[in-house]
Amino acid sequence: MKARVFVTLKPSVFDPQGHTIVEALHSLGYGDVSDVRQGKFFEIDLAVKDQAAAEKLAAEVADRVLANPVIESFKVELTKAGAQ
Amino acid sequence: MTFAVVVFPGSNCDHDAYHAAKHVLGQQARFVWHKETSLGDADVVILPGGFSHGDYLRTGAIARFSPVMAAVREFAGAGRPVLGICNGFQILLECGLLPGAMLRNRDLKFHCEHVHVRVERTDTPFTSLCSPGQVLKVPIAHGEGNYFAPPETIDQLEKQHRVLFRYCTPSGAVTDQANPNGSLNGIAGICSEGRNVVGLMPHPERACELSVGSADGLVMFESAVHAMSRAGALQAVAR
Repeated sequence: MKARVFVTLKPSVFDPQGHTIVEALHSLGYGDVSDVRQGKFFEIDLAVKDQAAAEKLAAEVADRVLANPVIESFKVELTKAGAQ
Repeated sequence: MTFAVVVFPGSNCDHDAYHAAKHVLGQQARFVWHKETSLGDADVVILPGGFSHGDYLRTGAIARFSPVMAAVREFAGAGRPVLGICNGFQILLECGLLPGAMLRNRDLKFHCEHVHVRVERTDTPFTSLCSPGQVLKVPIAHGEGNYFAPPETIDQLEKQHRVLFRYCTPSGAVTDQANPNGSLNGIAGICSEGRNVVGLMPHPERACELSVGSADGLVMFESAVHAMSRAGALQAVAR
């Protein structure tokens, strides 16, 4: 199984990078872009066949290592190995 | 007294901390590789500055899982003094020995400069020889020093008087302009509930001799020696 983990700053946490990006976009004329939040994206290969086990493992890894729960939240998506 | 300086792959202020303890203060000092599982005869543990594991993932996020950290946790749990400087502070945050987290500096720039911090509390082993409100001129060198914690954590830190250092003007005024990175409440350093674990972003170890621009950081190491020798004397009396 493959898992995709998205890690983003919590809404209550100021994102200086996202803020800088949205300002740059505005200066390029993209006034309709009202906000940008920058995050991290991980692709993980799991040597696990069972979907529930894969989901559990990916979530555990995300919670323990990939995200810092003080400032970040995460979302896990599972895909079959080989699938795009 | 023995200072143990933990060395992670990517630590780069380990020698400065060692130098401050050994050559400036004349104490015993030794390096402890992060793969070791014991701190030996250490009286004080320093997690030094640098870029452990290249700052990959998040600052301090990988170093927190180093084998030596179990010993550091145990050492801290026994009420013994642990000082995290810059990346060492970030590691203490990641491993939960201190609350909060670091965000990118609000201007996204890496700041490498001398700043001023005001000593808020002198009831910790690393500030015991400071005077309350004393202003220290110390260098910072970080890209992620923007201290953040949820409002309830900030409230608790303030109520428990655990903010030890705040960025300030040379005369000691805590202003937004004097805040180099956007840290909440101008926080430059905090301590644990037991007050023995201290973390700060500035580098006192790089400000221990006038020849490098400031000797204001030395008082933190002198405080540790003072606090530990007093604790040792009390233990001797108790025996």
